[in-house]
Amino acid sequence: MNNIGVLMTCPMLEYLEKQLEARFKLFKAWNLSSSKPDFFKKHSNSIKAVVGDTTVGADAALIDSLPNLEIVASYSVGLDKIDLEKCKEKGINVTNTPDVLTDDVADLCIGLALAVLRKICVCDQFVKSGNWINGDLGLASKFSGKSVGIVGLGRIGSAIAKRSEAFNCHISYHSRSEKPNTNYKYYSNIVDLAANCQILIVACALTEETHHIVNRKVIDALGPKGILINIGRGAHVDEPELVSALLEGRLGGAGLDVFENEPDVPEELLALENVVLVPHVGSDTEETSKAMADLVISNLEAHFKGEALLTPVT
Amino acid sequence: MESIGVLMACPMNPYLEQELHKRFNLHRFWKVPEKSAFLTAHSNSIRAVVGNASAGADANLIEALPKLEIVASFSVGLDKIDLAKCKEKGIRVTNTPDVLTEDVADLAIALMLAVLRKLCESDRYVRSGKWKKGKYMLTTKFTGKRVGIIGLGRIGMAIAKRAEAFSCPISYHSRTEKPEAKYKYYPNVVELAANCDILVVACSLTEETRHIINRKVIDAMGPKGVLINVGRGPHVDEPELVSALVEGRLGGAGLDVFEHEPEVPEELFGLDNVVLLPHVGSGTVETRKAMADLVLGNLEAHFLKKPLLTPVV
Repeated sequence: MNNIGVLMTCPMLEYLEKQLEARFKLFKAWNLSSSKPDFFKKHSNSIKAVVGDTTVGADAALIDSLPNLEIVASYSVGLDKIDLEKCKEKGINVTNTPDVLTDDVADLCIGLALAVLRKICVCDQFVKSGNWINGDLGLASKFSGKSVGIVGLGRIGSAIAKRSEAFNCHISYHSRSEKPNTNYKYYSNIVDLAANCQILIVACALTEETHHIVNRKVIDALGPKGILINIGRGAHVDEPELVSALLEGRLGGAGLDVFENEPDVPEELLALENVVLVPHVGSDTEETSKAMADLVISNLEAHFKGEALLTPVT
Repeated sequence: MESIGVLMACPMNPYLEQELHKRFNLHRFWKVPEKSAFLTAHSNSIRAVVGNASAGADANLIEALPKLEIVASFSVGLDKIDLAKCKEKGIRVTNTPDVLTEDVADLAIALMLAVLRKLCESDRYVRSGKWKKGKYMLTTKFTGKRVGIIGLGRIGMAIAKRAEAFSCPISYHSRTEKPEAKYKYYPNVVELAANCDILVVACSLTEETRHIINRKVIDAMGPKGVLINVGRGPHVDEPELVSALVEGRLGGAGLDVFEHEPEVPEELFGLDNVVLLPHVGSGTVETRKAMADLVLGNLEAHFLKKPLLTPVV
């Protein structure tokens, strides 16, 4: 398969790069040997696969520029950076990396909730700056027993619910349709969910419908003691609304792994003690990134051998 | 009861202080300039001491208060109280179990997640603007890691229950095996340490458990092992822990307690695999109120000659 052209859209993981180089003819979009137009003139016909991620995927323009594109293998579970319509239209296969990253993202979600409520980062900073000898910090908020509202009860949402239950949290959720076989309370609209929980968690896919699903109304319903945790996509939240709510004390706190314009983070958040901000690390562990990379490789190999794809997106 | 003298050992909670002041004749020990003179002057009127994890009732204090009837601790830990002396003199002792179990267990899990996923470090990374220059490093997965718990009491069991939801295999060491617990028992700490990825201290501090985490245990944990301490600072040989972390012989640590609080070894401040908290295990608004109410409830019960709510002695 060493003459099959594969285009990697951006740096993601060295291990994945090396594996792709060993098996295919790898082109790195961020490190082209010639200008972009020259590159495409020379190589576009030989590129049969694109490997993208949450930063750079495969939009209509890219797909149209690669006439022999057969498969887009995403190094992510989220598909918001791929023009799925166009792929369907052209019969291009799409794969992603579900399941292998579910635990890590759910773990991060709980980590963020605990960090916000128990002021973990504030406390760590307090001790490491030598301030403890001058007196204690104020009291934090209990996590166990709080009511948790999850937007999107897919693999990740369910994993978050399972973990929260061990902390005696009451679980409720909102999704496009009610899920049978759960004991969790369903809310058909997100404002009602927000009004009835203390910790609201975004864990759904980003689509046209869920863009800015957390808006002013939802933030108002969540209220001055409410906490928002976003481990979905930055675009799920109306970021300027979120920022003013936090600054004005209309929202109790937030734990955010994603932002509308990564890696830019609203400056006003940087000074707040009731927010925890992490750089889109939901699945960024050694174990999971290797598992994701292996899944990308396996999907590509299966495709080019004419075998069944492991994790196709339908 | 306003004539009953109650000695509060140190500042611990404004609400508790206020309520004690309302109901009793409250003496704030930390405001007393000449402590022995004070004790002599008030030895006949002080019938209760309210202590906590920092200051309790040692033999000297007990001896100086001949009318002492009850020591009510604003903590579940009893290491600052001379229990033998209390028993000898018929002095009742109460603590605050159960109401703080969840908070301490939550904190243990928070520390595990914060250490393995480098939450505080990556939050600092974002705040310092470094994310604009490049991605943060890969960290370590928490789900599925083997968790070893020292002490399977209320807090240890609550930690186990939470860790199980993250598919962590649980094992433990305690003075005696608990057959009702379906977790693997190790009769000694070194074996437990050698067979887990994250070792949590959740037992009470006694003469036997002082420095239960020593060089041998740290060696058994190894360069990938993570220590979580939500017990007491003296459970750990602190200098040994510090050199192991500085030299990379231990993978990381999440510590809520230290041998000489509020002093913390400065060598730990620059390590990115260490999370340090200022003894906040039960430090939530909800729990401290519940603890305060329990202290007040125990004192009232005692002086009204009713059964104590949470007696130890």
